Amino acid sequence: MWSFFHKLGSPPWLYKISGSILRWLLPITLVALAVGLTWGLLFTAPDFRQGNSYRIIYIHVPAAVVALAGYYIMAIAGAVSLIWKMKMADVAMKACAPIGAAFTFVALLTGAIWGKPTWGAWWVWDARITSMLVLLFLYLGVVALYEAFDNKEAASKACAVLSLVGMVNIPIIYKSVDWWYSLHQPASIKLTGGSTIDSSMLYPLFWMIASFYALFACAMMLNMRVEILQREARTGWVKRLALGGASRGAKS
Amino acid sequence: MYFDSVSAALHMAGHGVYVWSAYLITVAVVAAVLVLPLRREKAFIRQLQGTLKRQQRDKSDASGT
Amino acid sequence: MSASASQLTTAQFCARLLRRQLVLAVRRPVEIGNPILFFAMVVALFPLGLGPAPGQLSGFAPGVLWIIALLSNLLTSDAVFRGDFDDGNLEQLLIAPQPLYLSVLAYIGAHWIITGLLLALVSPLFAVMLNLPAQAIWVLVGSLLLGTGTLSLLGCIGAALTVGLKRGGMLISLLILPLYMPVLIFGSAAVKAAVLGNPAGPYLAILGGMLCLAVALAPFAVAAGLRISIDA
Repeated sequence: MWSFFHKLGSPPWLYKISGSILRWLLPITLVALAVGLTWGLLFTAPDFRQGNSYRIIYIHVPAAVVALAGYYIMAIAGAVSLIWKMKMADVAMKACAPIGAAFTFVALLTGAIWGKPTWGAWWVWDARITSMLVLLFLYLGVVALYEAFDNKEAASKACAVLSLVGMVNIPIIYKSVDWWYSLHQPASIKLTGGSTIDSSMLYPLFWMIASFYALFACAMMLNMRVEILQREARTGWVKRLALGGASRGAKS
Repeated sequence: MYFDSVSAALHMAGHGVYVWSAYLITVAVVAAVLVLPLRREKAFIRQLQGTLKRQQRDKSDASGT
Repeated sequence: MSASASQLTTAQFCARLLRRQLVLAVRRPVEIGNPILFFAMVVALFPLGLGPAPGQLSGFAPGVLWIIALLSNLLTSDAVFRGDFDDGNLEQLLIAPQPLYLSVLAYIGAHWIITGLLLALVSPLFAVMLNLPAQAIWVLVGSLLLGTGTLSLLGCIGAALTVGLKRGGMLISLLILPLYMPVLIFGSAAVKAAVLGNPAGPYLAILGGMLCLAVALAPFAVAAGLRISIDA
């Protein structure tokens, strides 16, 4: 167990293992996404109340779920790097922020597009949408804080503290926004109602959520690899890698 | 397939614009999330190669003179 | 922070820190006056923007007053550690034997007294200007007293994280404003409930709960942030 933990902290090992994981995970993810998208887009029956517009659920909900999970992954990685001074946890934390922000953005945008035919308005101050907006702000705050520091080591520590503060606050923010919405809920807006989704609609949804998690993992590893190379640019193994790539490039 | 024809799938009883644009935007963002780090990695390795080659050349020049 | 700091008990140390911050503030009365002046000016902006109809104004008043209090708290929190960071006092504080948790709490307490407490005390004046019904004024003061404490604690987290940065001013609002939202929701809800004649107690209780949680946790984040900023 501990030797695994130590290996996890070693940049060259992590670079190599992530490369071999990505070699099979990335194609699987892309195929799973393609299957899920076509399934949701073309092969499910429309909702009897919302018609075809409900098909957006197959990207909206997975993006939202993974965006929220991404913040927790980021905060936990930040905590690990603060507590055990593990540099690779740092790298993982930094990799999460832009991807999480992208997923939150997708969730917000698809939510807005879904809202137009369903509610008749692009933007509604619905509890969940507002919470996602706050989540986007939290992500962008982490990114902005990281960029503001010249010393990148201090930057990642500061981001770790900020994401931990955010993690404590997210449930509070969500609960208060929920409560605020229930207080102000305009009568004209009806949410999708209880969870009376037919299982034929549920399977593609779960499929998409799983694929989005895999996508998050792939994107996170890709970002981590770049970050590892940049941080380790002065070490021998990165130089050998670069020169090895050069000779391979020359041959082909 | 649920739809009878391609045009029906594109139109989706009036909701086609919304559904298809949402899906296209998602695909674009997914592609960006995957392609951008890959391109950054390539660019970084190329840059490092250049630096290393230049250093090697400088070193051999210095030893040659 | 005298040479005899190590001989003081922790309580004395924190009391001195608190007094020092307050004395510093009193020596520069402009610093105390600015948030209140800001509050007054923004209060004047709302009737200009929304129209002077008294009924409309009193409807908006709870939210408006709370947002302004939040903003003036935000604007002042940037400066909490700035001066001591620039002249090196902060480093002395970090190596002092007293627990950083408590000394940080003294800084935050001083900030709250200068902005939150003062704003809460003058807020009835502005509430009257915005036609807030009389029965809601006490709830406004109470909710501001409880809520600005939480705001100060959260704001100091942002201040500690950005104190080492040259261009921290805008950044701190990006970091902290999302965290302010629950306080704003329950603070303005308390005042609205009082306007409608409903009991405001539950909202004040929730604000108090948030304050307790923030007092328990936020100083740790502030202390960690200060250590990072000093090392950077």
